[in-house]
Amino acid sequence: MALLEVRDLKVSFDTPDGAVRAVRGLSFDVEAGQTLAVVGESGSGKSVSTQTITGLTRGATVSGTAYFDGTDLITADQSTLRHLRGARIGMIFQDPLSSLHPHYRIGWQIVEMIRAHDSVISKKDARKRAAELLTLVGIPRATERIDDYPHQFSGGMRQRVMIAMAMALDPALLIADEPTTALDVTVQAQVLNVMRRLQQQFGTAIVLITHDLGVVAEMADEVVVMYAGTVMERAPRRDIFYRNHHPYTQGLLASLPTRSGERLTPIAGSPPSLISLPKGCPFASRCPHVFDKCRTEAPPLADIGPRHQSACWLPVQASEAIAS
Amino acid sequence: MLRFLLRRLGHGILVLWLISMAIFALFFVAPSNVAQTLAGRQATPETIALIQHRLGLDLPVWKQYLNFVTNAVQGNLGYDYYHQVPVTTIIGQALPITLSLALGAAVLWLILGVTNGVISAVHPRSLADRGLTLFALFFYSFPSFLLGLLLLYFLYFKLTLAGFDWFPAGGYTAFSDGPGAWFQHLVLPWIALALLLAATYTRLTRGSMLDVLGEDYIRTARSKGIRESRVVVRHGLRSALTPVVTQFGIDLGQLVGGVVVTETVFSLPGLGKTVVTAINQQDLPVIIGIVLFASAAVVVANILVDVAYAFLDPRVRLH
Ligand SMILES: Nc1ncnc2c1ncn2[C@@H]1O[C@H](COP(=O)(O)OP(=O)(O)O)[C@@H](O)[C@H]1O
Ligand code: SF4
Ligand SMILES: [Mg+2]
Repeated sequence: MALLEVRDLKVSFDTPDGAVRAVRGLSFDVEAGQTLAVVGESGSGKSVSTQTITGLTRGATVSGTAYFDGTDLITADQSTLRHLRGARIGMIFQDPLSSLHPHYRIGWQIVEMIRAHDSVISKKDARKRAAELLTLVGIPRATERIDDYPHQFSGGMRQRVMIAMAMALDPALLIADEPTTALDVTVQAQVLNVMRRLQQQFGTAIVLITHDLGVVAEMADEVVVMYAGTVMERAPRRDIFYRNHHPYTQGLLASLPTRSGERLTPIAGSPPSLISLPKGCPFASRCPHVFDKCRTEAPPLADIGPRHQSACWLPVQASEAIAS
Repeated sequence: MLRFLLRRLGHGILVLWLISMAIFALFFVAPSNVAQTLAGRQATPETIALIQHRLGLDLPVWKQYLNFVTNAVQGNLGYDYYHQVPVTTIIGQALPITLSLALGAAVLWLILGVTNGVISAVHPRSLADRGLTLFALFFYSFPSFLLGLLLLYFLYFKLTLAGFDWFPAGGYTAFSDGPGAWFQHLVLPWIALALLLAATYTRLTRGSMLDVLGEDYIRTARSKGIRESRVVVRHGLRSALTPVVTQFGIDLGQLVGGVVVTETVFSLPGLGKTVVTAINQQDLPVIIGIVLFASAAVVVANILVDVAYAFLDPRVRLH
């Protein structure tokens, strides 16, 4: 059994314009110690789904199951979730500049986290642990900087602090929601390095949300490609890059900047409205291979190879021919 | 920090100087009949001239002003025209009353306003939120003297008629003469003054709490698994308080007006009521003394609020 098993997760928000169906039947597994990358353009439901699982989504209608270590997070009460958050499931977010509380010292914020779940540890020991963690994520002179405020750190350094905090209690799972999107490229690589190093050291499983396939190539074991609230394709990393099937996955790959120049071909068009989704394949309006059936019947997520699934009507060989 | 304080103090002194000149000018634009009043109706012009001379009112205005300033910088604010009591003594007697009123009301309105604002923000659009917002708006648009009179009518007059004389009609008992009586005399004035100002704070706290609760760092706080109450207070309110403190600084000036009205309605012999009496009697030294003292208090309080602001937000540097 996997560490986290999400099945048929549906999340919708009631708005004055109608129900926004942000997540529509999402399923995936995360194995202990492994990295699952969740990719997809902005608005495809990556943040909503992970925040719903951890009980951070407010005012949404939710169905489905998400078993973490035997507990269904969807039906669990707030107090159960609260004890899991931070202690067993650490989280870091996209914007390191706004994710730390501007009015509290870095050390205080990490100590608060530790002491929220460890009622016997003394303040002094918690502080010592916080300094160790800061050293671990590569903050120089950690014992001095522990008393600095967030605004005294750069973006990359703040994301390191977030990682230190999220890893403080040795969680089994780290959910990293676009952890490097707001950082410039060199800093991105450093932060990813820190995450990978800690993952090896602590044996943490990571759900890495990103819209950057470059990050996927560096980090992922398995990949889930999301679009309009559902899975388009799911496969081990190598298959996503070299044996992909779904035109949306191919579109994402084509928009990846090459190492030599910035030859970007973004996918034309924009995602469908989540309030009134069209019948058939959600990608149909943007798909270069669209044909009649696509517009009338939604393709199911079907097995197309070992541990490889895709939600597209195209025959398997044909699409692989297109990819290569 | 030191430079900040010096600069602000300099500003303050400039403001006080301008205020003192303005009052002098206003006072001498209208013809004064203080000496006439003091001398009585049958007084001869010689008697009036003598009194004028004794009070220094026969000197040219600029000379009078110079004398005032010279004395004032030595801590002597002059004597009242009618009983020759030092103005500093008058202020000293009235100050505890005004302080009791203002501080008590401030505590009450901050607690009321901030608590209501937090409740409203944590459950936006709930019944509690709507009720509290209505409550706030109602008192926000209420004339202060009317609120005082209504409180007196229902909680003093009606209650006393019904046989519950819980609240006195007005007046003041010093804390040292009996904390119970002190409290009884102040409850209604506190409520009158606090309700008026609490409304602003309910709306302000609600708005700033709603903003703050949507911040990324609140999501981080929740992701840490700390209690929701701690998320709201330690993380949310901590940030939402900054605009409240700023508003508090702004309201201190407004408070002066509220204090004058409230003291008059409830016959509290504080600075507000004293200055109103002095204006009616054209008792210039008392007017100037109290107005300058109140201005100085507002200036100092504003500096303290700015310092508090810098303590609340580590990103703010005083300069
Ligand atoms: N509270 C909310 N109310 C209404 N719609 C929401 C809310 N939160 C998110 N959404 C919508 O859900 C969709 C998915 O959002 P999100 O999960 O943040 O996307 P991603 O993280 O993949 O960029 C978006 O269209 C967004 O507008
Ligand atoms: S099902 Fe049709 S429209 Fe959808 S991705 Fe496949 S080919 Fe394109
Ligand atoms: Mg997102």
